[in-house]
Amino acid sequence: MKIKNLHKFLALSIAVLLMFSILAGCGSQQASQSKNQGESNAGEASGDKIVIGVYEPMTGASAAGGQMTVEGIELAKEMFPEVLGKRVELSIQDNKTDKTEAANAVSRLIERDKVQVIIGSYGSSLSMAGGQVAKDMGVPVIGCSPTNPLVTLNNDYYFRVCFIDPFQGTVMAKYAVNTLNAKKAAMIMDVSNDYSVGLCNYFREAFIALTGDANAIVAEAKYKTGDQDFTAQLTNIKDLAPDVIFAPGNYGESALLIKQARDLGITAPFLGGDTYEAPEFIEIGGQAVEGVAFSTHYTAEAPVTEVSKKFLDAYKQKYGKEPTAFAALGFDAYLVALEAIERAGVYEAKAIRDELAKTANFEGATGIITLDENGDANKSAVIKQVKDGKFVYIETIQPE
Amino acid sequence: MTFELFVQHLVNGISLGSLYALIAIGYTMVYGIIRLINFAHGDIITLAAYFVFFGVGLFAMPWWLAAILSIILTAITGIIIEKAAYKPLRSKNAPRISLLISAIGVSFFIENVSTVVFGGRPKSFYSPEIFKGVIKAGGISIPNLSVIIPIVTAVLLIALVYLVNKTVTGMSMRACSKDMDTAKLMGIDVDRVISLTFCIGSALAAIGGIMWGLKYPQIHPLIGVMPGLKCFIAAVVGGIGNIPGAVVGGMLLGLGEILLVAFLPGLSGYRDAFAFIILILILLFRPTGILGEKIAEKV
Amino acid sequence: MTNIMRQNKTLKIIGVILLLGLFIYYAQNNLDSYKIRILNLCAINIILTLSLNLTNGFCGMFSLGTAGFMAIGAYTSAILTMPPEVKQMNFFMSPMNQHLMNLNAPFIVALIMAGLLAALVGFLIGAPVLKLKGDYLAIATLGFGEIIGVVFTNTQTITNGALGLKGIPQYTNLYWGFSLAVLTILGLMTLLNSSYGRAFKAIREDETAAQAMGINLFYHKSLAFAISAFLAGVGGALMANLLSTIDPTMFKFTYTYQILLMVVLGGMGSITGSIMSATIMTIMMEALRAVESTIDLGFVTIPGIPGMRMVIFSIILIAVVLFLKNGIMGENELTFETLEKAIQRFQSKKGRENHEPTRG
Repeated sequence: MKIKNLHKFLALSIAVLLMFSILAGCGSQQASQSKNQGESNAGEASGDKIVIGVYEPMTGASAAGGQMTVEGIELAKEMFPEVLGKRVELSIQDNKTDKTEAANAVSRLIERDKVQVIIGSYGSSLSMAGGQVAKDMGVPVIGCSPTNPLVTLNNDYYFRVCFIDPFQGTVMAKYAVNTLNAKKAAMIMDVSNDYSVGLCNYFREAFIALTGDANAIVAEAKYKTGDQDFTAQLTNIKDLAPDVIFAPGNYGESALLIKQARDLGITAPFLGGDTYEAPEFIEIGGQAVEGVAFSTHYTAEAPVTEVSKKFLDAYKQKYGKEPTAFAALGFDAYLVALEAIERAGVYEAKAIRDELAKTANFEGATGIITLDENGDANKSAVIKQVKDGKFVYIETIQPE
Repeated sequence: MTFELFVQHLVNGISLGSLYALIAIGYTMVYGIIRLINFAHGDIITLAAYFVFFGVGLFAMPWWLAAILSIILTAITGIIIEKAAYKPLRSKNAPRISLLISAIGVSFFIENVSTVVFGGRPKSFYSPEIFKGVIKAGGISIPNLSVIIPIVTAVLLIALVYLVNKTVTGMSMRACSKDMDTAKLMGIDVDRVISLTFCIGSALAAIGGIMWGLKYPQIHPLIGVMPGLKCFIAAVVGGIGNIPGAVVGGMLLGLGEILLVAFLPGLSGYRDAFAFIILILILLFRPTGILGEKIAEKV
Repeated sequence: MTNIMRQNKTLKIIGVILLLGLFIYYAQNNLDSYKIRILNLCAINIILTLSLNLTNGFCGMFSLGTAGFMAIGAYTSAILTMPPEVKQMNFFMSPMNQHLMNLNAPFIVALIMAGLLAALVGFLIGAPVLKLKGDYLAIATLGFGEIIGVVFTNTQTITNGALGLKGIPQYTNLYWGFSLAVLTILGLMTLLNSSYGRAFKAIREDETAAQAMGINLFYHKSLAFAISAFLAGVGGALMANLLSTIDPTMFKFTYTYQILLMVVLGGMGSITGSIMSATIMTIMMEALRAVESTIDLGFVTIPGIPGMRMVIFSIILIAVVLFLKNGIMGENELTFETLEKAIQRFQSKKGRENHEPTRG
């Protein structure tokens, strides 16, 4: 069948393509000029206030983490409301646990609110999306809890106050081998969660290295975020009788998983990562999660620094509950930002970025923070356990 | 694989399958009458769970009272949805696609309102002690719920089959399902029948939701999404519109999912895909489902 | 007479395109990057809306697989445009498949491959299910979208699984976005004004009658499905090169719902409707952010409710389907004739008003 208007269509298309290629050629030169102009515009701290940007998931799948982080940031702002003699204001943008929104949120913070430093985001994939925009526009970002190494790789403008997955996975492997004397382990991985995938990968490497047994990992079961039934995977694992089971993942799925494991009669200890540290984890898991151990950033029981104690008291007073690690990290990110602004002496993105890179031995609520050449924090990890329905501190593991 | 291991997998599969079956019955009833995939069914499940959650948490009701209230409230919600979002389109004789879009819209709406009102954080679902117990038979663990849910499903199945086949109401439902226009001509109040169907379907969804919350005591606005989809698939597999078929489909799907992971543990990440692949295979090779009847297409 | 009028129409189209070109030139150089990003999203959403409208609106096949095809397009373009060092950095956990590591191609090739691959997959999985009716096709295509997502999550060596890809070169700009959008519009207009278009509409109205009239159902349906998948793949590729980072979880059916909303709002079966609704919705998504942060009206502050945006969108979807059954444009197009007639009518009304006082 012939298309009558085919020749017309082709003619128009060629016209369109020609025109756009010409314009594109002229346009790109101009565009790069205006971009350079934009970068040199130091952010006018309008009047007597300084606006710091925050982008976190307040809704969507990661709403819990985002909200906890913002609690910490807002507490920090209450306690330290001024820098360079000006009042600090927070512009908090919800990125809805969506990458496109994360990019938009950062874009909006920089364009509309003219922020010169940003804090965020919970969730490494969101941080990567926002980080690209921030890098293009030359504004530094401090991440509170994203642990995927990719977030800061190749991005001079992204920093983080937390340790990264490679370290955390190794920490739990050390705990399993040294403290629990485990010889064989099983792993349960959330394939749709980069945090879980990363931690499992490094746990596997470390566990095999520490035990010297190439077959030390007897099983690697998989599930996806949102799954609720793990009985099939767990039954398989029960049959292989591992000494310990490593199952990092969101607290909802993990609590269900552990409960189902106990119902099936699996008695091996469970290990996890910092996402376990939420009150709902104990609520949902109930009796089943007693004895579960996990790595995290911070503990109230062995306050690492003076700042930890102050943070703990202030948080309890403001919110009436125990703080989570994410709140503590949010708190620290704000303080690190303030420090850098003070040292820079001016509220300007590039200057702040350079000062951030020099952050060393900073005393935060979550420990002594020194940022390495990638912008990652070299810190100790804390191991906690669930005892009598509460999170209890076990030990601290130092970085190498 | 040892025999004991296999039996354990079977127990798990039956447990999951009977839950799917319970929810699939509600789906298939609604579809049988008005030929609509009620995308909102999965979200009604979530709502029922939240009603119980708030009943116990906020109003400190005894659990059984919260459950009964939840079923009633959910049934009413189902009727409201029908009257607000589906009926206007039926009476205007709108194309089926509009009904489907409206259903998707309602589903979306419930999910987002729940997120705004209840918050997105997963919370713990309260369950009385009797549901938490586990029976140990040899090396096999059978949670109490794994016995209770199939019993509930069986009872409801029998009750529904009786209702549909032996009562006058059931007869009018069957009539509407076969030919809506003729049923109207025969003097059947079609609107009332449809409302009743939604009422029963939603009540079934509520029971399913409560059972689901008991078995997986974590609650957040999106817990009903995947079960909703999978249970629709179960209903299709068994023969859409056919109530015993829904039970068969649900059991097959539940067992299949578990056995897939049991025999091919490396593929456990593909578990969700399994349900959809089964759907496509059934639609291609036996579109009326296992227990369905062939319907000739009139020109 | 008719020849001159038709020539005028081509000139008018070229005129509109030139105006668009000038606007983009102005925008690229003068607007801040936030607005440029929104405009880029508009262009991508136009392409995606048209892709879904082709199957759902023009051909009457209710497909919900857009997100899956977007994912295919996005990953294809990402793998083809990322230089090997960036890939090396990304695949730090499990090394990438060796053949894919060294693949590299200019953007235009990546775009075409993205579309073609999506179209191929679309054809392969679409062909078996195309004979299904309304609701079943919807669930089947929804299932495909899910399956594609699951596959991408599990194939660590090809897609980097849940870790996602980062550092995709940002080639998408207003020129690419809008020229592709314009090409899509022109292409679809041509397609739909031809015998293919008439066949699609016949299939939409009554399949059995169309078949009786000699239209090959399978051929036409597959064609529509494949073209729609192609466009969705291109849209996904543009998205990947705009955001510079992708992961399997971003292509969920929530995305398809949003595109569906745009299609329904604009009118299932109207190209101009889709353009309008895609633009309006994209801008509204951003504008409605105001609802989620505190609104300070001076005398009263309305606290922001996070999540209200999506509630409003679902209400819009239901409202449009219930009351504005055919969307903004229904099945009509905003053609030059309609515009001219509207202007004429407006002018003659003005003229009549001027005359009225002199009448008795």
